[in-house]
Amino acid sequence: MSTRDDILGRLRRQLGRTGSGLAEARRRIRDEIDTPRSGPRPSPGDDPERFIGRARAMLSTVDGCATMDEVPAKVAGWLRAQGLTTRLVIAPAFAGLDWSGAGCEVRAGAAGPHDAVGLTGCFRAIAETGTLMLRSGADMPPVNSLLPDTHIAVVPRTCIVPDMETAWTHARAEWRHWPRAVNLVSGPSRTADIEQTIVLGAHGPYRVHLIIVG
Amino acid sequence: MHFVDRVRQRLDDAELQHNLKRTRGRNAASRAAAVAAFPDFDAVRARATEIRARVLRDLDLWLEAFEAKATESGATVLWARDGEHACELIIDIARRHGVRTVVKSKSMVSEEAGLNAALEAADIRPVETDLGEYILQINDNEPPSHIIMPVIHKSKEQVSALFARVHGTAPKTDIEALTHEARAVLRPQFLGADMGLSGGNFLIAETGSVAIVTNEGNGRLCTTLPRVHVALTGIEKVIPTLEDLSTLLRVLPRSATGQAITNYVSLLTGPRHAGDPDGPEHMYFVLVDGGRADLVGSDFEDMLRCIRCGACMNHCPVYQTIGGHAYGWVYPGPMGSVLTPLYQGLDKALDLPQAATLCNQCSVVCPVSIPLPELMRRLREKQMEQGLRPWRERLATRLWAWAAARPALYAWGARIAVRYLRWLADGRDRIQVMGLAPGWTAQRDFPAPAGATFRDLYARRRQGRA
Repeated sequence: MSTRDDILGRLRRQLGRTGSGLAEARRRIRDEIDTPRSGPRPSPGDDPERFIGRARAMLSTVDGCATMDEVPAKVAGWLRAQGLTTRLVIAPAFAGLDWSGAGCEVRAGAAGPHDAVGLTGCFRAIAETGTLMLRSGADMPPVNSLLPDTHIAVVPRTCIVPDMETAWTHARAEWRHWPRAVNLVSGPSRTADIEQTIVLGAHGPYRVHLIIVG
Repeated sequence: MHFVDRVRQRLDDAELQHNLKRTRGRNAASRAAAVAAFPDFDAVRARATEIRARVLRDLDLWLEAFEAKATESGATVLWARDGEHACELIIDIARRHGVRTVVKSKSMVSEEAGLNAALEAADIRPVETDLGEYILQINDNEPPSHIIMPVIHKSKEQVSALFARVHGTAPKTDIEALTHEARAVLRPQFLGADMGLSGGNFLIAETGSVAIVTNEGNGRLCTTLPRVHVALTGIEKVIPTLEDLSTLLRVLPRSATGQAITNYVSLLTGPRHAGDPDGPEHMYFVLVDGGRADLVGSDFEDMLRCIRCGACMNHCPVYQTIGGHAYGWVYPGPMGSVLTPLYQGLDKALDLPQAATLCNQCSVVCPVSIPLPELMRRLREKQMEQGLRPWRERLATRLWAWAAARPALYAWGARIAVRYLRWLADGRDRIQVMGLAPGWTAQRDFPAPAGATFRDLYARRRQGRA
C-alpha cells in the first residue's frame, strides 16, 4: 500500500467513515469550497484613510498624486530626497509612462541582484492592515518587490478594499488562471530575532514607498 | 540527560537566566496590546477554533481536495510516514534535480525530521536563512529554543562572538549591524541555491496553495529564486478556503508577536507559468504524518488545531524560567509538553506533562482554544494507566483511592492530617518545611490548613440549618 493510501485509510478508520457517508461528506466539502463563508470582519470605515494609517503603522512611507502621469515625477522627487539612485527596474505594466522626462532611467522587466530600486503596481490594497496584494505574472514580477533595497508601489485609490476577503472575491472574479504567487506585503522586511530588537531590511527591502494615485 | 537534570542545569546557567529575564513577559505584553487594539479578537478566535476543528472532522477529504488542486496547478504531492521518510523523499527530489545547495526558510517539521543532518549525510548542503535559525546552524547546529524566536535564549554579545568567529569579521554588538552582516552573507546563498525548502503555515484546499507567514522575506526568497521548491509540512495544516486563511491570519500574528499582520504572507501555487520571469520550475509538497493521523478522533485531537504561534510558551511560567532547551525535543512549552509525548512516545517524555503548574494561561491565550492543561492532565492519566509512574507514586495513589472509598476512614485520616499540618505550621499560615515531603517545600511554602476539615465544616453547617 502506498503511504498516501495508508495515511488516508488510517484517517478514515479513526473517523469511522462508511461508504455512503463518504459520498455525502465529499459533497459537503465541495459545497464549502464553492460557497466560501467569511468569519467576523472588523467594521469598515473610510478605506483609503485606514489604508494609509495602517500602512504607515507597518513603516511604509506614503505619498500621493492625482493622475498616473504624475507618478514618474513623484518617484524621481522621492528618490532624490532620500539620496537614492533614480535608476530603477519597473513592472512592464508601467513602461508607458514618461520616465525619462522625470529624469529616471528605467528598465521594464524582472529585477536582478544589482537593481537598487524596484517598482510594482498592486492588485488590491487592504485597508484593514495596510497591506499590498501582489500577484505574479509577466507584467508583475515578484522579484521587483523582493530583491531591490527599495520597493516603490503604485496604488490606484480604486484598488483599496476594506479587507482580505474582498480582495479574494475580486481575485476569483478577475483571474482566469490562479497566479503562481500571491504576495501580501506590509511594509519593509524586518526581524527581531536578536534580543527582540526590530531591525528593518532583514532579507527583503529596507524601505517600501507607496504612491496613492487618484 | 533526564528532564530534571536539564532543568537544574538551565536554572544554574547565569547567562541563560540573564537572557531569559531580559525578554520575559515582553511577548505577552505585545500580544495583550494587539488584542486590546482589536475589538473583534474573541469572535475571530472562536471562528478560528471552529475552522480548525471542522477540518479535523473531515481531514481525509480536505487532504484529498488539497491534493487534487495542488496537482492540477502542476505541483507534485508526496506523503511521508514520518520524519525519516520525509528526509528520504526530499533527498530523492534533490538527487533527481542535481541539487547541491538547499536554502531553507523556517520549518519546524524539518526540525522534527532532522532534515539538515540527513541532507549533509547525502552530500547536500542545507543553509538556514531565517536569521535565528542561521545563528543556530553556524553554532554547530544548536537546536532552537522557541518555535518562532529560535534564539530568544541568546544575547547580542553571544551572537557577536559567533559571527566574529565564523565570518571572520570584527566583533560588533550593534544589533542592526549584526542583522545586516547576516543579510550580506546569505544573499549570495539565495542567488546560488538550486532548491528552496519552506515549511507551511497553512495548506489551502480551495486553491492547492501553501501559505507562508514571515517577517524577514527569506521565505519569499527561498520560494522564488531556486529552480525547485519543496514545501514540507504536517498533514494537519490544511484549511478549506481563502476566507478561512483571512480569519486565521487575524489571530496568528497577533498571538505570536503582537503584529496585526506579518510583513509577508505568501501564497504559492504550483511551479512558474509560461511567460513568468521568475519562480521555481518544479514544486513539491511533502506532507508528513509522524503521529498526527493517530491523534484524529482520539482524546488528543484538540492538539492538532495548533497553528504554531508560540503564545502558550510566551505565557508559561515554567517555560519562562527554564527556557526551551530543557524540554529536550523540537517543541517546548505547553504545546511541546503535549506534542513530545504524543509524537515521541509517552515513556520518552515522562516529566513533560508534569512540568506545568496547570495555571491555564496557555489555554486562555491559545488562538485556537486548545485546552492544554486538560491535555496534560489526560497524559498524566495515561502514564498512570500504563504503569509508567514511579512505584511510590502509584502506591500512594492506590492507598488514597482505597481510603477515599471508605468515608469513615477517610474522615479520620483527614482529621489527623490537618492536625499534623497545623502542628507543622506552628501558628503561622504557611508551612516552610513539609515533614514527609521536604522536596515539595524546597522552593515554595505550603499553605497551612485554616481549621477543621471541609467535611467537619459541612456537617456543622447542616446541623446549624437543621
